[in-house]
Amino acid sequence: MATYLEFIQQNEERDGVRFSWNVWPSSRLEATRMVVPLACLLTPLKERLDLPPVQYEPVLCSRPTCKAVLSPLCQVDYRAKLWACNFCFQRNQFPPAYAGISEVNQPAELMPQFSTIEYIVQRGPQTPLIFLYVVDTCLEEEDLQALKESLQMSLSLLPADALVGLITFGRMVQVHELSCEGISKSYVFRGTKDLTAKQIQDMLGLSRPAVPIQQGRPLQTPEQPVISSRFLQPVHKIDMNLTDLLGELQRDPWPVTQGKRPLRSTGVALSIAVGLLEGTFPNTGARIMLFTGGPPTQGPGMVVGDELKTPIRSWHDIEKDNARFMKKATKHYETLANRTAANGHCIDIYACALDQTGLLEMKCCANLTGGHMVMGDSFNTSLFKQTFQRVFNKGFNGEFRMAFGASLDVKTSRELKIAGAIGPCISLNAKGPCVSENELGIGGTSQWKICSLDPSTTLAIYFEVVNQHNAPIPQGGRGAVQFVTQYQHSSTQKRIRVTTIARNWADAQSQLQHIEAAFDQEAAAVLMARLGVYRAESEEGPDVLRWLDRQLIRLGRTLRNESSYYRHHFARQDLTQSLIMIQPILYAYSFHGPPEPVLLDSSSILPDRILLMDTFFQIVIYLGETIAQWQKAGYQDMPEYENFKHLLQAPLDDAQEILQTRFPMPRYIHTEHGGSQARFLLSKVNPSQTHNNLYAWGQESGAPILTDDVSLQVFMDHLKKLAVSSAS
Amino acid sequence: HYPHPQNSNHKLLSTVDNVCLGSPFHCLTDINFVFYSTLKPSLQILMWYDRSNRGSEPFVTGVRGQVPPLVTTNFLVKDQGNASPRYIRCTSYNIPCTSDMAKQSQVPLAAVIKPLATLPPEETLPYLVDHGESGPVRCNRCKAYMCPFMQFIEGGRRFQCCFCSCVTEVPPHYFQHLDHTGKRVDFYDRPELSLGSYEFLATVDYCKNNKFPSPPAFIFMIDVSYNAVKSGLVRLICEELKSLLDYLPREGNMEESAIRVGFVTYNKVLHFYNVKSSLAQPQMMVVSDVADMFVPLLDGFLVNVNESRTVIASLLDQIPEMFADTRETETVFAPVIQAGLEALKAAECSGKLFIFHTSLPIAEAPGKLKNRDDKKLINTDKEKTLFQPQTSFYNNLAKDCVAQGCCVDLFLFPNQYLDVATLGVVTYQTGGSIYKYAYFQVRTDQDRFLNDLRRDVQKEVGFDAVMRVRTSTGIRATDFFGAFYMSNTTDVEMAGLDCDKTITVEFKHDDKLSEDSGALLQCALLYTSCAGQRRLRIHNLSLNCCTQLADLYRNCETDTLINYLAKYAYRGVLNSPVKTVRDALINQCAQILACYRKNCASPSSAGQLILPECMKLLPVYLNCVLKSDVLQPGPEVTTDDRAYIRQLVTSMDVAETNVFFYPRLLPLVTDVDSDSLPAAIRNSEERLSKGDIYLLENGLNIFVWVGVNVQQGLIQNLFGVSSFSQISSDLSTLPVLENPFSKKVRSIVDMLQVQRSRYMKLIIVKQEDKLEMLFKHFLVEDKSLSGGASYVDFLCHMHKEIRQLLS
Repeated sequence: MATYLEFIQQNEERDGVRFSWNVWPSSRLEATRMVVPLACLLTPLKERLDLPPVQYEPVLCSRPTCKAVLSPLCQVDYRAKLWACNFCFQRNQFPPAYAGISEVNQPAELMPQFSTIEYIVQRGPQTPLIFLYVVDTCLEEEDLQALKESLQMSLSLLPADALVGLITFGRMVQVHELSCEGISKSYVFRGTKDLTAKQIQDMLGLSRPAVPIQQGRPLQTPEQPVISSRFLQPVHKIDMNLTDLLGELQRDPWPVTQGKRPLRSTGVALSIAVGLLEGTFPNTGARIMLFTGGPPTQGPGMVVGDELKTPIRSWHDIEKDNARFMKKATKHYETLANRTAANGHCIDIYACALDQTGLLEMKCCANLTGGHMVMGDSFNTSLFKQTFQRVFNKGFNGEFRMAFGASLDVKTSRELKIAGAIGPCISLNAKGPCVSENELGIGGTSQWKICSLDPSTTLAIYFEVVNQHNAPIPQGGRGAVQFVTQYQHSSTQKRIRVTTIARNWADAQSQLQHIEAAFDQEAAAVLMARLGVYRAESEEGPDVLRWLDRQLIRLGRTLRNESSYYRHHFARQDLTQSLIMIQPILYAYSFHGPPEPVLLDSSSILPDRILLMDTFFQIVIYLGETIAQWQKAGYQDMPEYENFKHLLQAPLDDAQEILQTRFPMPRYIHTEHGGSQARFLLSKVNPSQTHNNLYAWGQESGAPILTDDVSLQVFMDHLKKLAVSSAS
Repeated sequence: HYPHPQNSNHKLLSTVDNVCLGSPFHCLTDINFVFYSTLKPSLQILMWYDRSNRGSEPFVTGVRGQVPPLVTTNFLVKDQGNASPRYIRCTSYNIPCTSDMAKQSQVPLAAVIKPLATLPPEETLPYLVDHGESGPVRCNRCKAYMCPFMQFIEGGRRFQCCFCSCVTEVPPHYFQHLDHTGKRVDFYDRPELSLGSYEFLATVDYCKNNKFPSPPAFIFMIDVSYNAVKSGLVRLICEELKSLLDYLPREGNMEESAIRVGFVTYNKVLHFYNVKSSLAQPQMMVVSDVADMFVPLLDGFLVNVNESRTVIASLLDQIPEMFADTRETETVFAPVIQAGLEALKAAECSGKLFIFHTSLPIAEAPGKLKNRDDKKLINTDKEKTLFQPQTSFYNNLAKDCVAQGCCVDLFLFPNQYLDVATLGVVTYQTGGSIYKYAYFQVRTDQDRFLNDLRRDVQKEVGFDAVMRVRTSTGIRATDFFGAFYMSNTTDVEMAGLDCDKTITVEFKHDDKLSEDSGALLQCALLYTSCAGQRRLRIHNLSLNCCTQLADLYRNCETDTLINYLAKYAYRGVLNSPVKTVRDALINQCAQILACYRKNCASPSSAGQLILPECMKLLPVYLNCVLKSDVLQPGPEVTTDDRAYIRQLVTSMDVAETNVFFYPRLLPLVTDVDSDSLPAAIRNSEERLSKGDIYLLENGLNIFVWVGVNVQQGLIQNLFGVSSFSQISSDLSTLPVLENPFSKKVRSIVDMLQVQRSRYMKLIIVKQEDKLEMLFKHFLVEDKSLSGGASYVDFLCHMHKEIRQLLS
């Protein structure tokens, strides 16, 4: 048998699932003793080059409370054309189309290699994808120009039949009509007044006039969506128009007096965007893409007043419950996020400013709807430009790497219950027999809605073993979980992906070594970290910090804005990326050998090394002291020192490779010993040498770090001590 | 061959002080009726007499208490220290010294003031006096402005106020020596010392927020609902604006107007337009939040016409197209005004809104109205509600508009009731004008509408104006009539004031006046000119004072009196039943005449109706006022018409009320060689000959009445058709034909049009045609169909009233 490592890898590749435990403790008591809960990381749309979708409807268990999908785990009586549901043991008749099946003529969903299978189904009318740009015009000229160019460029990346819309905002909010010739037309709203969805639709003229019902005539299907509205038009029809419109976009003309912030009506702008889509295209894939260059300063959702002398709330204010607008603003955005999620739309936030932009209050918009959140210093940076471009990246088959309006339905065997999920999702409140009362993450349901997802979107799903200790599971018993993800594919098709997995039960007392061997340390770290972050979000306070390792603690200490940002990504990236966030990777390049990973430790900083650090959000290239001097002396330009040139080039190439795939685009920092940007590296490394212990160590190696944080060494020592003492 | 009516009488009329009518018989009988009908005073003769006697010499204003020529007389004015009668006319130029006398006579003391009146080209505009940073010299106590009546004393170091007698130091920069008569030696160099009317350049102290104003703005706000589009109105307005924008008012020597323009269209929602010069295409911004109106743009809404010429032209081309297929029938109204107001606020300037509106605003919005028209209320106690606004919303809005200097001109195109009484509130209180074109049709009404619009846009206008009338100690301005807003009892505030707007001011005694010093009026108008200059226009007028009632009656002016009485009555209908108002009018006039009879006329039999010479036309005019649509409506008069007329009359000057109440009837078949207008004849059917063509005008309409027996040649010459039956009665202009008669008649029509502030609607009335009913309504000496008395009957009635008072 292959090693567990290989097993884990195989399973991940095939099903996009990684469990913390791959052999499951067979009773509730044992499971709780394991500390790390039984949980998995699920990447519902994991890219599978070898998985051609099948073009028919899945076969469902006929028990109304079950409705599990036929899978390779089901027992099939080919003669009687019956199959037994492996979750509820209901015996089901195959549908007529399956009349010809036999042991040698199996449908794909019964073959073991199709534990994950994707169905293309024909349901409802196909609606094109919708992209609604919501653009802040209170930007510096240069920023606005860059943003305009990015937006214009993006039009060419959209599918030709996608609908696109434009809302701009500053002191007022403008909804642009895109279909008109000659005079450009927009609807303008006050930035200070919150409007209900009904009011917004009335004011935009979207309310459908009541059609008098005529006797004797069949009612027209009321669900028939209006395919176009004046504000959302197919790209191919209006791209010239919209390009011009974007080109003519001016900075918000209202004067901003000395000592004031520009009046920015982000709250109302988002509210209108949400209302517009709600009224016109409920339950179809749509992205609201918010581009903002500063905090909302007026109206509902304002985060800070327009007086510059009152600074934006700080971490300190929030702790002291001193942040004036925070609660109201957060509530505003939460309401919007929930409405958006209910409509199956998503909100992306692209916030580019040197100062804070209020992501803390707005985070739920992206978090609950599966939207992207991208933070940068300016729209005129490659960080933003390339990240934004990457949103429209296409996968191997030329399809967008985005999907919409997904619902995830999880089914479990009787011994298991579902405790909750953590990820960019909201609960669909589907109560059922397999829902646990103990919640971990978003619980109390077996179904979640994921408004937007891409092939790397990963949810953490937590389970509870409910089997009682005194009711042992027979030897060789297996527990099963089925994940059913229905979603709108970027090609606008409706698809259903079904993943059914099974793991062995083991008695923890007699077979502890099996369980231990099947522990997935990496998955467990990420699952625990997610729980920690989730609690940090919902509970706050120092208690939570004890949960996590030092890196996570640090995560919570940075600026609030940034922490929202980091948490946002942490809660959705797949395992490898999440691990990078937890433990940055450090590579060293030198003449002493090929590039090698080194300890993330200050002792790794040596004069004759080039370091490449990847923290997920930042990529830092750091030239050691000597290397930097050589570079200044220009050795790389001399033909006899070509090898030095290559050495300099190697980390650049590697960085480029990372940059090309990472979303969001990381901050790229190129610095050297003594450079001001070197702080990015120095803040991440383990301070094995600090100003406190410098003289105890050899002077030669490494660079001292000025910090009060403890070094890993000290931390581990302490941890060991604690572990021992608590054991006694 | 045309005899002047009764012109043999004029000598008699001019030499005696009063007119004796009636018989020595004591009872009013049919025989008396004959007397009344043959001797009833003729207004045409009086006008003719005044014109021929006083029209040739200029009216020199140097003398105190001079009665000016009639408004119907063409005369020139030479300002020698008193304001021209074009600016101020009084009910009497010799006023009683005491309040008792005034009460006894019942003659109202009032001045009709038209501060920005247009002058004929032969007369000079008021000089602009610039005193630099120190501003105009004023009395320390009553703040009256320096004027010809101030008395310099102590060798010119001080001056005594002619109004309150307070002594004020002459500021050093203003000091000048006095000559031997006590006049300053610079008397003739300074308009404020030698003229009745002049202007001061205001200093920053006279400006809002102590900041010199920006030039005003004009905002054109066009209803684009279904009716407006379908009737072709929207297209017509847009076409006209393209050329009209080049004729915005400008200060005398300026190359281009300083006025900026902006555009809004609306139905249930408002569309603002960005017409910034840098744009390739105008941009439309829709505001549908009418409950909470705001202006969605700052830059590019109000622009200079020359700079944004191409963008504006493009906009005006596109507006009719954009709304060509509209299905929207509902409109809002208050939010439109609010939008204009907010735009002016944002631009920190005053200005005028030109609103073109078609229907009752029933769409859900502030100021939404319901149709509450109810003709059954006529002649009940509730009739007054028809003249009152149905909501106080517009009063508050008007107040805000006045505070910003936002004047609202309203062009209405109703096909049904649209509640002029309510819609007009803001217009009325901001000093704006209402124009109404019922059942507007481009073909027949476009000339009238376009001419009105052109005139309205081009005419001289001041903004953000405040008027204060100061008087000598002894009398006080107590009541004001006109289109304005008053937040206190003395300051008349007008967001806008144009050259046609008139304010009637009533005075009451609060002390005694003396015959020696007479009574002085000083009307000071602070306003912003069309180029944004803050100015003060001062009009001074000195009146005589008398201790004998006869002096009062000898110096009255009936036209002005009627102007006052009509405005007084028209305001009365807001609060009292119309019958009460009518009775009060009759009673007051009877008292005036009875007082004269009792105190001034030589003793004679009570059977004789004796009228003072200056008031001999009072009964006929009074009868006209009583018979007017507001006080006695005929069945064809709509509630909106009455509300419209009521507001219109309130801003009229004396000439306008004169012709409005007693229209001018001119025979057209006269000597065609003469350049002047034919002599007017009495407005009575008996004066019309079946073989003649007549013209009647009242300032709003021109009727051309064609008798059934008119010679074919005349018909051919005038209408270009061969017979009476072929004359089309829906012509709105006379055809242009190359013959002396056609030319003559058209030149008369043109001459009349020029004299009036509004373009009159031309109506062809064929004798015995159905339109003749309408025409007959204006033959005011006849009994009217709605029950109005004939001249003779009314004289008879007045006589009875007077006799009752005397007995």
